[in-house]
Formats: sequence, structure tokens, C-alpha cells
Amino acid sequence: MFHPFNEYKTMKEVVIRTDKLTKRFGDFIATNEISFEVYAGEIFGFLGANGAGKTTAMKMLCGLSAPSSGAATIAGFDIYKQTEQIKRNIGYMSQKFSLYEDLTVLENINFFGGIYGLSNKQLKLKREELVETLGMQQEAKKLVGSLPLGWKQKLAFSVAIVHEPKIVFLDEPTGGVDPVTRRQFWDLIYAASDKGITIFVTTHYMDEAEYCNRISMMVDGVIKALDTPARLKEQFSAASMDEVFFELARGAKRKAD
Amino acid sequence: MSWPGVQNVKPIDMKQFLAFVRKEFYHVFRDKKTLLLLFGLPVAQIVLFGFALTNEIKNSEVVICDYANDEASRRITGQIEASGNFSIRKHLRSHRDIEAAFQEGHTKLAIIFPARFNHDLLHLNKAQVQIIADASDPNTATTLTNFATSIIMDYQNELLEGRPLPFRIHTDLRMIYNPGLKGATNFVPGVIALVLLLVCVLMTSVSVVREKELGTMEILLVSPFSPVLVVLAKAIPYFFLSLLNLTVILLLSVTLLDMPIQGSLLLLYAVSALFILTALSLGLLISNSTDSQQSAMLMSLMGMLLPTLMFSGFMFPIENMPLPLRIISNIVPSKYYYIIVKSIMIKGLGFSAIWKETLVLAGMTAVLLAISIKKFKIRLA
Amino acid sequence: MRTLVFLLQKEFRQIFRNKGILRLIIALPIIQLIVMPLAADYEVKNVNISVVDHDHSSYSRRLTDKIMASGYFKLNDYSPSFEEAFAEFQKDRSDLILEIPRHFEKDLVSQSSGSLFLAVNAINGTKASVGSAYLSRIIANFNSEIRLERITPARASETPVVDVTSLNWYNPFLNYPFFMVPGILVVLVTMVGSYMCALNIVKEKEVGTIEQINVTPVRKYHFILGKLIPFWVIGLFVFSVGLLGVGRLIYGIVPAGSLWLIYAFLAVYLIALLGIGLLISTYSATQQQAMSLAFFCMMIFILISGLFTPVDSMPAWARVVANCNPVTHFIQVMRMVVLKGSGFSDIKDQFMIVSAMAVFFNAWAIFNYKKTT
Repeated sequence: MFHPFNEYKTMKEVVIRTDKLTKRFGDFIATNEISFEVYAGEIFGFLGANGAGKTTAMKMLCGLSAPSSGAATIAGFDIYKQTEQIKRNIGYMSQKFSLYEDLTVLENINFFGGIYGLSNKQLKLKREELVETLGMQQEAKKLVGSLPLGWKQKLAFSVAIVHEPKIVFLDEPTGGVDPVTRRQFWDLIYAASDKGITIFVTTHYMDEAEYCNRISMMVDGVIKALDTPARLKEQFSAASMDEVFFELARGAKRKAD
Repeated sequence: MSWPGVQNVKPIDMKQFLAFVRKEFYHVFRDKKTLLLLFGLPVAQIVLFGFALTNEIKNSEVVICDYANDEASRRITGQIEASGNFSIRKHLRSHRDIEAAFQEGHTKLAIIFPARFNHDLLHLNKAQVQIIADASDPNTATTLTNFATSIIMDYQNELLEGRPLPFRIHTDLRMIYNPGLKGATNFVPGVIALVLLLVCVLMTSVSVVREKELGTMEILLVSPFSPVLVVLAKAIPYFFLSLLNLTVILLLSVTLLDMPIQGSLLLLYAVSALFILTALSLGLLISNSTDSQQSAMLMSLMGMLLPTLMFSGFMFPIENMPLPLRIISNIVPSKYYYIIVKSIMIKGLGFSAIWKETLVLAGMTAVLLAISIKKFKIRLA
Repeated sequence: MRTLVFLLQKEFRQIFRNKGILRLIIALPIIQLIVMPLAADYEVKNVNISVVDHDHSSYSRRLTDKIMASGYFKLNDYSPSFEEAFAEFQKDRSDLILEIPRHFEKDLVSQSSGSLFLAVNAINGTKASVGSAYLSRIIANFNSEIRLERITPARASETPVVDVTSLNWYNPFLNYPFFMVPGILVVLVTMVGSYMCALNIVKEKEVGTIEQINVTPVRKYHFILGKLIPFWVIGLFVFSVGLLGVGRLIYGIVPAGSLWLIYAFLAVYLIALLGIGLLISTYSATQQQAMSLAFFCMMIFILISGLFTPVDSMPAWARVVANCNPVTHFIQVMRMVVLKGSGFSDIKDQFMIVSAMAVFFNAWAIFNYKKTT
């Protein structure tokens, strides 16, 4: 299901705005003066090869890493001075899915919900809702460590948005699972987007780019392209996002993390 | 190459094996904090044991309750102060204050002189002195009481000046092996044993378990390498590190602590190499018994550190222990190594004196290795 | 506040679910508390002695009997020659050789002076000095006996004699375990507390869950309290089992002083200790590093704490280091309160120092712990 809302661009609120955001590690510039905007409710894909600087950029936006220079606001809060307010309004799912393997499904939901400030009543509702949506009635009391990978992923995503944040950041969320599970995962993302949550997702699976409203392509720490998938394919006369990527990344110097 | 019981042995490619070993060396040397432990600890221990830790009792505080305050009591008090072992914390007015002095914590001994001390001594030829010791530390109490008593006895002998005692027995006392009564001779072999054992057991077990925990062990196992060699590659850097450590400790002992090596250096290194093997085998066994680094560490440390300290014989004399503990001490490898090192380093003896202990160590190594290999293969099956 | 409750819930669940580690951190200290004091006995007993008697006189036999009757020595051999005795000596079968020369009795009687030769294995300095001191005392007593027999009573009472009586307070039976148990308990609680705390936090770093926490609005001090409190509770528990369980039931140790005082100090001590564990974790990226740092610190702390060797006997620089070590102070407090019944005014210095340490280490750790890098 697509949301062709680029027409509404001028009416939609900006939830993420960056201005020449840069991160340096010594002499190495991981992210080089990137500037872009993300609008409320959209699914924004942040693409690039491994080592292009995607994860670094995302960590800055989440408040995990302090920028070397540049400016940004997330959900209206300043990236330097208001990191705690940012954190209250965002969700995050890391590459390693970061759930507690030695706690059960319900316990994980409860814990993360609780530390985001959900009341006991809300927690109860959420527990039931999530178990229902994910179909984990049998697994609710099992340790997360015993779940198969795909289920962990879906659970991690659900937990990341348990407090219904404005924006959720997903760092390579679909690594290592089969295509069917990946599709199911994206169904979850659509459902969240329908509720008005902005999705900021990084991935190096180019086919997933098709699922996004807009994507940006990072190469060697710089944003080389930013537009809807349709328009990018047109621009580069490409049949698929793979080809678009190939065109842009051909000259890339940084290959691996 | 075929070892009994090891099936599916793939032929060893020396170059690949060395690549493995090199990787392991990198791991070890890149971790600065672990290196701190490996080399810093023995140095710190040598410094501490050599210059700070001693069982001698010095600088003890004593309180005097002198009801007599006469020539004799003051003279004795002066001698006590001059002896160098004691410092007088306070002069108490009443013996009822002694309890408070002890409870306050610094005072170890109290001496009470009754009124008319000198008078009784000279005219009745008999006077009493009361010593009260804080016996919460029994050894200190005994030693201090003996010190004080001997100072008082010296005073008594002073009074006899000019009237030499007949029928005197002279005792010619000779301290053997360690004429200076240096603590170093006792503990340096112990420090060596402790450090080698801990480094080899602790480091190896955690290193192997770490690969298991992180999942990289499976990658290694899938490689065209016999798992035995994988583990061997892990052990080799620690083997050399331990020998290096031994050298550092010996150098420090000789230079800083003035403790010469009486016997054959070659023999010392040879036996140490054997002991390192024993320790590595033990580390291997532990790493086979657990999947988490925390457990490996806890087992190595708490299960090994304190027993090694206790039962090797260098901190506490084994013969003082009740029988069951003495039996336990027989399965602690460091006990035998400690005896061997003492014999070579301090007594200057040769192999003929230590062949029994060496045999025990060799036996232990063989047994530990056998169990480890068996366990290893069971897990893989 | 509510956040803290959730954090604590998670921590306790995780700890209690890890049965293996739980068993280790409770069982190991207890086993060691039972075994170690029995082993850590510095009393010098069972000294093995070789006697080489060239005289075979009534005096030499009396002396030998007297030595054996004292109970301190065990006769390893009664060799005819020094060489044979020395062979035993070299094999560590005997610690002392007493050689009584020929004509010992005759010389003593006729020339009023006799001599003995004593060789002592001085590798263990304490054993050597205490053992030879015992023997010297026995010889001196024997000497007095002989003297009294040979001199007329009149002459004897001409000499002034100081009668020294000695009393041992607090531990009249000179029971060594009594002295060691409080100290060893401190060390065991220290090891468990600091290791577990340091490793626990670093494990979250290694696995990645710490990143998930950093991205939430959970405040630094919530997170840190959430880590400290469970181990604080565990520390209290292990200590209680040790003191009230093992200490009382197996060693019969009943604290002479106030139990409240002990627990108050323990509470502050644990905070300081866990602060150190926390600090270590902020400087470590992997569990192996945390373990190396923690172990290094622990070894030094334990050695210089006064557990095995007295702090007073250390040179000035070492005493300063010892006083910067929280373990030293707790061991002192334990020994004072448990064995002597000291009160708050007696330990207020230690209390202040350890409280300062608690604040210092935790503040440093909190400062170091950054949610944003």
C-alpha cells in the first residue's frame, strides 16, 4: 500500500531535520555534512553499502552518538541539548534486536513499556495487544532466547514502538531471515505507519527500498540521492533499485564496515 | 600424526597453524587491560611481598599503667620504648581504661606495674608485672607478650650485674638457607606458582569460552582444522607469555630482592614448562565444562585462586592443617611446583631431589589432558 | 522512580534465572569460609626436630625428654651423626637440628658452662624464629632447673625475680580461626560483589542490550542504581549467611559488639565496593577486560588489607596504600566489633573514610558512564 503523499509535502510536519550533520572519528569522516528532512508518517529508507555511514548517522539521530558538527532536530528537539526529550519520543531497534534473551516475551514487553512510562493499565493492554498481533499466544511465557530469529525480530519491532513514539529508527531490521518473514515484517511496518508513526529504516537490501515512501542513498558518508523510488529509477533509467544503487555506488571507496 | 583416540585427524598444515597462532598472539597483545593483569600483577606482588608484607610484628602500640612510677618501672618503660618494637601510645591512670584502649583499636598490649614495684623487687626479691594482650590476633599477642617479657627479663638480668649466673648453657644458633630471615625466600616461589597457575588457567579457559559465547568457535570448528589444534593454538601464546613472566619474576627477585638462584636455571625452566602445561590443561578442562565466560571466570578464580593460595604451602603451612585439608592439598598442582622451585632456587638441589614431585606433575598433566580431550570430543559428537 | 522498579524487576529476574551463577556465588564463598580458616593457621606447631646426641648423658636425655614433653615439637629422628640428620633436614623432614656435643654434662658441671648447636631451616622465617624461640625458652628453663638443683637455696633467693604474668583478652584460647573468619568473610563478600557487578554491566555492553537502554529516556542514575541495588542485596545476603550461618554454627563466633553497627558499616562498604565494580565496568568493553581489571585490583586489595599480614608492620608508603583500600577498613572494623565489642566512636574514622570512598567511586563511575558517546 502506497502513500503518495509527496503532494502534501508542504503541508506535512517535518519530524527530522538535519543540516550539515557530520561525525568524525579522528581523521576519518564517517558522515560528511548530510542534510535532509523527514516528514511525519512517511516510511523513509536510508540506504547505502556497508560502511557508507548509515549506522553512524542513525546513532546520532537517536542520541547515542554526539555529532562532531552540524545541526539537527528530531521531533522538534535539538540533537545537542535535548537528547533526553528526543529519547522519550522515539523508538529504536538495533541490528542485534537487543531484547533480553533471558526474559520472557511478556517480561520484555512489560519492561520496555514500563521504562517508557506506560501505566499498569496500559501495559496490560499492550501485552494482550502485542501477543494477539504477533500470534505468540503459545510463546508468551517463553524466554526470548528460545524463539526463532524471525519472531525475535517482529517482537523487537513491536517492543520498539510499544510506547507509540513519533518516530521509530530501525537499523538493518531484516537481516538474516527468509523472504516470507521479511514480508511479514514489512506488514508490521505498514501497520505502524498507518497509525502515524514515522519509520526511519536503514537497510542494504535494495528491494526493500521499493517499500519506502522516499529513500536516500549514502555513499562514502555523503548523500548521493534523495527521492521516491519511482523517480530515482526514472532518473537513472534503471529497472530496479539495485541498478540505481550500482550506478551511484560504483565509484565508492569505502566497502566494508 | 595420529594420537590414540583422536579420529578424523586432518593432516596439519604448518603454515595455516602458524597463522592461527599469530591471530591468537594478536588477541592477547591487543588487550592492554589483560596485559596489565598478566605482567602487572607479578610485579606488584613482588613489590608488595618484598617490601610491604611481612609476618614480623613491628610498630606495635602499647599502653602503660604505672602505679609505681619509680626507678625500676620507669627504666623498664624506657627500655620498651627504646627496643624499636613498641611505641607507647598512652600512659593510663587506671587499669580500667585498658578495655577502652583495646576497643579503640590501635593498642595491642598493656603493661601494668603495681605500686611499690622497685621496693618489692629490691627488698622482697620478688615483684610482679602484669601484661595484658589483645589476643584477637593470637600470633601478635603471643609475639608481643614474648617481646615484652624478654625486655623485662633483661632488666632482671641487669640487676644481677656483677653476679654472673653459674651453670650457663650457650646455644649456638645457625639459620640455614636464609640467614637473613628474608621473607622473600618463602614467597617468591609461591608467587611464581600462583601467577603461572592463575594466568594459564584463567586466561586460557576464558579465551576458549569467549569464542564459544561469541559464536566464533563454530566457525573455527568448521575450518579444515582438527579442533584439538584450534585449542592448542589458543594455548601457545599463554605458554610463551608464562615463560616470559617467569623470567621477569626471576629478574626482579634477583635484582630487587637480592635473592639469588642457587640451582640450575635450565632445570628450573624445564620444570616450569611442565607446570605451565599442567596449568594449561586445567584451563582447558574448565573451558570444556562451561559455556559462559562468567562461569569460566568464577570457576577459575574462586575455585582456583583461594585453593592455590591456601594449599600450595607458601602462605600457610600445610602441616598445620587438619587431616582432610592436608589430603586435599595433595591434589593441588602448585603444591608440588612450590616444593620443586624451593629446592632448586633456594636449596640448590638437583633433579634427584625433585623427581618424585616432577612425576606427579607430569601425571596430573596427562590425566587432565585426557579428560579434556574426551570431554571435547563428546561435545562435538 | 517507577522506572527504577522496572529496572530492578528485570535485574532480579535475570539473576535468579541464572541458576548456575547463583549457585556459584553463594556456594563458593560458603565452602571457602568453612575451609579457609581451618587452613589459614599461622600458629607454629608440629615443628619437626632432629636430635643428634653425642653425649648420651642423663642431662642430654633429660633435655630431650623436656623438649618432647613441651608438645611443640615432633621428634623426626634421633640420629647418631650430624650428616644423617642434615640429610633429613634437606628433605624437609625436619625443621631443626639440635646437636648435643660430647662431654656436655661433664663440661656443664665442671666448668659451669656447656654449649649446644642448633641449626634452623629458615626458609619460612616465621616458623624459624618462633620455633627457635620456643626451643630457646625450653633450653633456658632447663638451664634454670639445673642451676637451682646445683646451687644452695640460700644463694637462690638472693636474686631478685620479676614474676611476669600475662593475660589474653578477647580470645583466651588463642583460637586462630576466630581471628581469621571475620576477615575472610569480608574478602569473600568483596570478591563476589565487585566481580559480579562489573561483569554484569559489561555483559550488557558485549551483548548490545546496553545500547537499547541508552536510547530510552532511562536516566543514568536510574540505570546505575538498578545495577547496584541487586548486588547490594546479594552482598548483604552472602554476608549474613557467612556470619550468622557459618560463623555462628561452625565456628561458634558470636559478635561481641552490636550487630546493627556491623550491618550499617556493611551497607556503606558494599556501596563503595560496588562503586569500584561499576567504575571498572565503565573502563571495559569486554568481559575479559573487566575481569582482568577486577582481578588485578582485588589481588592487591586483598594482599595489602591486613588479612594475612599486619598493616602496622608495613613501611609508611605501604600503610598509605593500605588505608586507601576499603577492604582494610572493613576488616579492621569486623575484627574490632566482632571480637572486642568496639562501639561506633571507635570505628568512626573507618566509617568516614569508607563513606567518602562510596561517594567518590560512585560519582566517578556515574561521571564516566555516558549514554551518548
